[in-house]
Amino acid sequence: MENVVQLKNLRVEYRGRGSQPAKLAVNNLSLAVHAGEVFGFLGPNGAGKTTTMNVLLGFVNATGGEARLFGVNVRDPIARQRIGYLPELTYYYKFLTAEEILRFYAKIFGLTQSESNKRIEALLKLVELTEAAKRPIKSYSKGMQQRVGLAQALINNPDLLILDEPTSGLDPLGRMKVRQLIQRLKNEGKTILFSSHELGEVETVCDRVAIVDKGELKVEGRVTDLVAQYQCDLEKIFLNVVGYQPESRS
Amino acid sequence: MNSVFAIAGLVVKELQRRKDFYVLFVLTALLTVLLGSVSFFNAENIARYLKDICLLLIWVSSLVIAVTTTARQLPAERENRTIFPLLAKPVTRGQVIAGKFLGCWLACGIALLVFYLFFTVISASREHVWHLVPTLKAVWMHWMLLGVLVAMVLFGSVVFTAPSSNTTICFIVIVGILGIGRHLHRVALDQPEPVSTMLSVIYFLIPHVEWFYLPDFLVNDQNIAPWTDCLMASLYGVAYMAAFLIAAWMRFRRQMLSV
Repeated sequence: MENVVQLKNLRVEYRGRGSQPAKLAVNNLSLAVHAGEVFGFLGPNGAGKTTTMNVLLGFVNATGGEARLFGVNVRDPIARQRIGYLPELTYYYKFLTAEEILRFYAKIFGLTQSESNKRIEALLKLVELTEAAKRPIKSYSKGMQQRVGLAQALINNPDLLILDEPTSGLDPLGRMKVRQLIQRLKNEGKTILFSSHELGEVETVCDRVAIVDKGELKVEGRVTDLVAQYQCDLEKIFLNVVGYQPESRS
Repeated sequence: MNSVFAIAGLVVKELQRRKDFYVLFVLTALLTVLLGSVSFFNAENIARYLKDICLLLIWVSSLVIAVTTTARQLPAERENRTIFPLLAKPVTRGQVIAGKFLGCWLACGIALLVFYLFFTVISASREHVWHLVPTLKAVWMHWMLLGVLVAMVLFGSVVFTAPSSNTTICFIVIVGILGIGRHLHRVALDQPEPVSTMLSVIYFLIPHVEWFYLPDFLVNDQNIAPWTDCLMASLYGVAYMAAFLIAAWMRFRRQMLSV
């Protein structure tokens, strides 16, 4: 099976500022995400999830080890030709409309005018923003902005989607729609790597998960296998792995 | 190149949708019309003096547009975090720098055309003569000058985190170059070593933006600089643009960006 994402002994160390010591954000992390699977990347805050995603997206350079997307080193921009990325919070040019922002990203991917038109129309329909397509993004609600984010992540019809807490801050209906979308993309054969703190959601949509803590990989495997192995749900496995001790009643 | 043009287009669109340009244009236009309508006993030198003031206003407005538009580009991308979805696409940091530069330079060019078109119409209506070629040369040289400044400010924006400090420092540097830059080599002759050498080095290192300032020729109806001089000055400007852009890229490509 093709490895879409491949991390080998990845190490990221942030240099300390002034008298502060250097911080080891990711330590010797190795994992692989296979083609066509939904992979949940879990861990408490500060565990190194976002840093790992930042390395994959080329925002941060690894101190050691290697990271590959579709077999190409992530430092090569061509590695990002087949991926879509949805950040945790929506970061878009507020002076543009949804349609303009999609057109901008379509230009970056070198789509022709007719391809762009078709793709933009389909995506706006998919994320239910056709009516609001010509309104500036600054007038959108958070849920609508998140949907623009999803549309821009899909503009190049990517084979791999990297979603950083895609349902963060959304209402239950918004979450359900994102879940449905992930399921639909999975059915289309897309590979999805996503981080989330919603463990119920992860258990529902993910094929495999990895749990990281303090920059190190603690557990990796199929959700069903882990549940069977630990004899409990994913939330309890997560708490156990990160060393959470419930307060004992005296 | 798709990415570079797409980013450049975005910068132009941003300038089009912001109010800065319109406010400066209306101010310049109002002052130009006001000053252009004044006539003191039909004295010719007064008309020239007024043209000089109008061109100075255009020069100041274009400088403000160039510096403020460029200074906020990269810091705003980082502050609003729009840089992350952008760099998650197959876009290199060099392309981001090139796109931002091209966009700001084009935006300045469009603003210049509007300003000079207005000035030409106003001055032609008073003098009943079209100084088309001298005006085109002045616009071209002005645009080259703004290219150097845009590249310099873009470099400043990867060095200084806050756009306000970058804007202030760049304005001081530009005013310094215009005010004392041209005299540095003469001042150096009167200084003891090593101050003399240091001043000479600074004189040869700084971009001499005053070489691009042609409104004096326009105002005094002098035979404007020959094409060969314009070409040489343009090459000089392109060399400085390239140097500033390479420096900006060298600095930006290694900067760590954390979400």
